[in-house]
Amino acid sequence: MSDEGLLVTGIPTSEELARVTPPRERREKGPCVMIECFQRIPCDPCHYSCRFGAIKEFEDINDVPEVDWDKCTGCGMCIAACPGLAIFVVDESTGNEECRIAMPYEFVPLPEKGERVRLFDRAGTEVGTGVVERVIPGQKPQGTPVVWVRAPKELSLVARHLAVNREG
Amino acid sequence: MRKTELAVVGAGPAGISGALEAASYGVKVTLIDRGDRPGGQLVKQTHKFFGWHAKGAGTRGIVLAEQLARHIRENENVTFFGSTEALGYYSDKVLLLETPRGIEPLQCERLLVATGASEKMLLFPGNDLPGVYGAGAVQTLMNVYGVRPGRSVLMVGSGNIGLIVSYQLVQAGVRVAAVLEAMPVIGGYAVHASKIRRLGIPILTGHSIKEAYGDGQVEGAVIWKLDEKWNGIPGTEKDLKVDVICLATGLTPLGELLWQAGAQMEYVSELGGFVPLYDENMETTAKGVFVAGDASGVEEASTAMAEGKLAGLSAAWSLGRVPPEEFTRKREEIRNELYQLRAGPTGQKILRGLETLSKRAKKVTA
Ligand code: SF4
Ligand code: SF4
Repeated sequence: MSDEGLLVTGIPTSEELARVTPPRERREKGPCVMIECFQRIPCDPCHYSCRFGAIKEFEDINDVPEVDWDKCTGCGMCIAACPGLAIFVVDESTGNEECRIAMPYEFVPLPEKGERVRLFDRAGTEVGTGVVERVIPGQKPQGTPVVWVRAPKELSLVARHLAVNREG
Repeated sequence: MRKTELAVVGAGPAGISGALEAASYGVKVTLIDRGDRPGGQLVKQTHKFFGWHAKGAGTRGIVLAEQLARHIRENENVTFFGSTEALGYYSDKVLLLETPRGIEPLQCERLLVATGASEKMLLFPGNDLPGVYGAGAVQTLMNVYGVRPGRSVLMVGSGNIGLIVSYQLVQAGVRVAAVLEAMPVIGGYAVHASKIRRLGIPILTGHSIKEAYGDGQVEGAVIWKLDEKWNGIPGTEKDLKVDVICLATGLTPLGELLWQAGAQMEYVSELGGFVPLYDENMETTAKGVFVAGDASGVEEASTAMAEGKLAGLSAAWSLGRVPPEEFTRKREEIRNELYQLRAGPTGQKILRGLETLSKRAKKVTA
């Protein structure tokens, strides 16, 4: 992965990602949030969207979000609330070669449950496929839909976008 | 002659906020806009806004525009004049309007100029070919009229507008070949950049467009790398087959009415161009003439709304409608809000510009 810098390529560096990645033991215990928001910008809805107090209160509106993984249930509510589309949930507790990833998806058509979708990394490179487990459409016209996919375990920290392949 | 207490020119986020704030103190407001409905640029913004959860962050621009338009309609102190242009403001407090009915004067005790900004053009061979659009036009085509501007787009400029419009193009099923940025770093928010990068759109910093070509319309663009002096480096050219070139190279404040009203104007590059000097009440050097939003310096919708509110409050106060303590308290509240919105790294440029502006203002009053 390119490490030129988030503000040069739009791709976070491995150091930046390391800071927001839930520890392996936590990921293997169950779903947990990964907030990929690294720059100080005036924004705070993620804190308010979490009913479990897992995203700490912002002292300054420009603070970057801070997560308490012990409180996070991996419910994914914050994904739909984030205007930056910067929040994901990962789950490596399924015990086999699989993982679950929840991501925001603002494109039509929405994928359907059971559908196989193409998965992409943070650079937009195709990295594999996954199967849609759940689609939460989000309320119109405001909501951001959230898609949960089952994917190979090694993609839990890699796949960050999906594409529906209907034309064949 | 038609009379009003406060005339507000421009019904975008700044003008609407100013009109509603002044109206809440019983001020009779006339809100004027070129468009046929209030909302300004918000009506074409399908993305969600940042800012305070408590102040509606996460609301999409189009939804916000509808909410604000409804507040305007329901407010009996505000009259909306759509499809109307403000032609000039004269010393006897007369604003000359070009309405669908013809030219009409409007007598106003106070004036709030919230005219917004216009897009900067970029010079390159072929920039007059059909297929070269401003980002605002592309947003209007797609998000207001539901028309795709083309099949494949080269975006020039990586500020928030360039990044957001690129994302919306992909949502509309249009390919974005690349986003170019002349500066060595991306101009807009990192989250917006990451959002389009993972769609596979390359963001090329230190790059610019060399020329557009095509027979009667854009068929492609030649891009190249820039050296430290912003000159293109021969030998680094790349040819991109695109049918649309979208310019998102920045905005410049629309200050004609302020110039004409006699407000002192200063060139501040961080604020996008010529802006009026103004005091802590958003009043310009032309007495009774207030300014808010992009017309006072190009920024975000969140700051525009706060500035509009401050200007509307000040106008109401200057008309004797706001108790002094309430005015001071509310003014400090809004100024603090503005300060916080600008406190992150992306606000530093604005703060530098405002500092330059306030130094020059002190020179004027000294
Ligand atoms: S996933 Fe649910 S519990 Fe975890 S931070 Fe987001 S909203 Fe809170
Ligand atoms: S809501 Fe999203 S963009 Fe805003 S601070 Fe939280 S993570 Fe960042």
